[in-house]
Amino acid sequence: MRVEISKSDSHVLKCEYAVRGEIVTLAQQLQQELLAKPGSHPFDEILYCNIGNPQSLAQQPITFFREVLALCDHPAILDRSETQGLFSADAIERAWQILDQIPGRATGAYSHSQGVKGLRDTIAAGIEARDGYPADPDDIFLTDGASPAVHMMMQLLIRSEKDGILCPIPQYPLYSASIALHGGTLVPYYLDEAAGWGLEPSELKKQLEAAKAKGISVRALVVINPGNPTGQVLSEDNQRDIVEFCKKEGLVLLADEVYQENVYVPDKKFHSFKEISRSMGFGEKDISLVSFQSVSKGYYGECGKRGGYMEVTGFSPEIREQIYKVASVNLCSNISGQILASLVMNPPKVGDESYESYSAEKDGILSSLARRAKTLEDALNSLEGVTCNKAEGAMYLFPCLHLPKKAIKAAEAAKTAPDAFYARRLLDATGIVVVPGSGFGQVHGTWHFRCTILPQEDKIPAVVSRLTEFHKGFMDEFRD
Amino acid sequence: MSAKGLDHDSINENVKRAQYAVRGELYLRASELQKEGKKIIFTNVGNPHALGQRPLTFPRQVVALCQAPFLLDDPNVGLLFPADAIARAKHYLSLTSGAGLGAYSDSRGIPGVRKEVAEFIQRRDGYPTDPELIYLTDGASKGILVPVPQYPLYSAAISLYGGSFVPYYLEETANWGLDIDNLRQSVAQARSKGITVRAMVIINPGNPTGQCLSEANLKEIIRFCHQENLVLLGDEVYQQNIYQDERPFLSSRKVLMDMGQPISKELQLISFHTVSKGYWGECGQRGGYFEMTNIPPETVDEIYKVASISLSPNIAGQIFVGLMVTPPRPGDISYEGFVRESKGILESLRRRAQLMTDGFNSCRNVACNFTEGAMYSFPQIRLPPKAIEAAKKAGKVPDVFYCLKLLEATGISTVPGSGFGQKEGVFHMRTTILPAEEEMPEIMGSFKKFNDEFMEQYDDHRGYSRM
Repeated sequence: MRVEISKSDSHVLKCEYAVRGEIVTLAQQLQQELLAKPGSHPFDEILYCNIGNPQSLAQQPITFFREVLALCDHPAILDRSETQGLFSADAIERAWQILDQIPGRATGAYSHSQGVKGLRDTIAAGIEARDGYPADPDDIFLTDGASPAVHMMMQLLIRSEKDGILCPIPQYPLYSASIALHGGTLVPYYLDEAAGWGLEPSELKKQLEAAKAKGISVRALVVINPGNPTGQVLSEDNQRDIVEFCKKEGLVLLADEVYQENVYVPDKKFHSFKEISRSMGFGEKDISLVSFQSVSKGYYGECGKRGGYMEVTGFSPEIREQIYKVASVNLCSNISGQILASLVMNPPKVGDESYESYSAEKDGILSSLARRAKTLEDALNSLEGVTCNKAEGAMYLFPCLHLPKKAIKAAEAAKTAPDAFYARRLLDATGIVVVPGSGFGQVHGTWHFRCTILPQEDKIPAVVSRLTEFHKGFMDEFRD
Repeated sequence: MSAKGLDHDSINENVKRAQYAVRGELYLRASELQKEGKKIIFTNVGNPHALGQRPLTFPRQVVALCQAPFLLDDPNVGLLFPADAIARAKHYLSLTSGAGLGAYSDSRGIPGVRKEVAEFIQRRDGYPTDPELIYLTDGASKGILVPVPQYPLYSAAISLYGGSFVPYYLEETANWGLDIDNLRQSVAQARSKGITVRAMVIINPGNPTGQCLSEANLKEIIRFCHQENLVLLGDEVYQQNIYQDERPFLSSRKVLMDMGQPISKELQLISFHTVSKGYWGECGQRGGYFEMTNIPPETVDEIYKVASISLSPNIAGQIFVGLMVTPPRPGDISYEGFVRESKGILESLRRRAQLMTDGFNSCRNVACNFTEGAMYSFPQIRLPPKAIEAAKKAGKVPDVFYCLKLLEATGISTVPGSGFGQKEGVFHMRTTILPAEEEMPEIMGSFKKFNDEFMEQYDDHRGYSRM
């Protein structure tokens, strides 16, 4: 008799992560088939638009960052004269600076469980420069990407299924998965598609009250800004409403701010929730706030390095100790990722040798992302029965599919959700991989899919034409 | 209204209960003293590079090149990097399909690296294994049978996830050996309390105890798990750290396969390995893997699903795993240097293991089993009743009291045995064998002076029989 995961005791079975779910597995199969038998499908290649993984689609890393990381990986070459011929002088200088902050210059050693102190100093200074309010290096916990930090907070907050966490719908399914894994309850609050995915404080209140009435103790509020999958950049008013709400209701504000460097519209700007809170006169005694940042997004897109941090403010020393304890069980996050997080929060400045090339690389990437966002948004809006809100930030478009009744019936007959049905058809016809909206949550009876803006710029015309052609055919088949 | 979201009453109980002594009270006190300017020798955690062990050159060359692939286009790259490191970097970059270190890989790890791990396991054990059942990780959790003493990651993880820690005691007088009767007893006790025992952990070589399990022991354990329907979790992260020749490392998988069917096709086994230990000591990279044997496909799917939520382990760490399982071969440019570096480290560790064991055994009221493997020494400290009294008065667990005094007097930062579990009334201390060889005589001298003075102060000169 084998030991199996029994259905009754497993949170694991309940959790889902659509970004790497069924449609992706199918796409990988098709990719194998294409390799084995070219021409076996009506497309030459699979285009992965399912995941925010820029460097898998040929986005280049920032040269200065990689120079510093390479030198920190192999410090033995720092003394060699040949190194100066291969690396920029300021990269060499930064590598020395960083190595001097690491005891014994040992980048292979476990660090302090919150991360190397000197790197946290750098990050805190970067946060202060960004927000105009002080940041404490001891509030920083460096982690292998932002996801482990989210899990840590869920672990601390959730005691049982009676603990609820308010999450935006649609949301990045790390949150639903983490809440499920830790045995808690997701309390949804709906973003308003008609109002550019805006947030109404009354909606927050309504959902909080409904949860309380069901006996749920709501502990925290998750906000993703800029939004994933929705791409909106919250207005400052909205942000102030959220801060007031959390303060009044005694909720921990979990601010996912990993897309803070991805803003594509001139009339919006990223403001951290910490900045907003402090500007309202709220300090450590007024609001418990956790900010998540990552090296995976922005213009750096370093998903594979696994770097990130959470900045934790407004908790008692006792709770801070518990947070430290949880962090210490894992010993520490990978050092190279920690170094990268410090580079992201303290990049080359005007006057540095590498500044011009760094700046050109950064602007190149960001302006390209903005162009791709616009092109894809326009293309989606031109499709019959499709409306798509602007991607003000982040890396995704989340169009709404107003599917004809015939299509919905066909999906039902195929025992698939209508958006999954559409996504599957899209994949089979074009090789384009998107994630059905049900993976993120949506208002009941509405259908969406999430598509990244990441395919290389020169592939975008092909994406647009294939998608347009497919959609026309789909509507011809299912139009009422 | 002050933020009430997370306070003493509302924090997850499992978190409050969890303990992780390796970075607990002693470590925090040592860090405080260090800030005040005292010289501290950190022997609390298996962190070789922090104590002066140099990284192996070849892997660092390869990963540096992967970090900055534009170097490969530079005609002068050969001035700084040997040809085989350049070739190997190109190899690993090609395995990432050109995306390099910056893109998420498959959640289970880069397929090419998983294949290299499978090939390594086949060479090591003589049995083929499926790369699909090998998952790379970011460094290496109902009722789980755990050896006592144990590496407190297990108790902490079990605590955090609300499981039940079911201890089975290793026999200190039998060189920390495993007694099957102890095991049976532990399981029976747990079951009588209504706990469903699901899995059993073995740490081989042991941490903190260092013992290397014999083939006979491993067979007994495997038969036991098979009979009792337990998943066997084999923590084998110290498999390169062997300091005696009587019991070389035998992987649980090899022994299982040697036992033939039906058990080789039925016993569920998960084996763990890492780049943090061995002679690599690359703790900061967070690279490792686990290999599954006879795990049902549905369970593998669930593990994959959970892995995918974390997207993927860091790519550089995965490459370190690849390099660890596929080191330079005879004939490679870097081979001789690599062998020299690795042998140097291993031979030094072996000498230090002996030095420390002998050093502890020369101290009053201290008895220390030989460190057969891993990275630690775990001497038993026979604390006199007067010392235990003093500890109680100070509000400290006796071995914590002893270790704090040791820290204040000598700067040596250890982990008290209570952090690992021990029999009631028996006390230990864990140190690593990692301080530099040149510093060992001074460190052991310093310890002996402290210990013998401590014992002089608290002893009542009656002597003890070994427990």
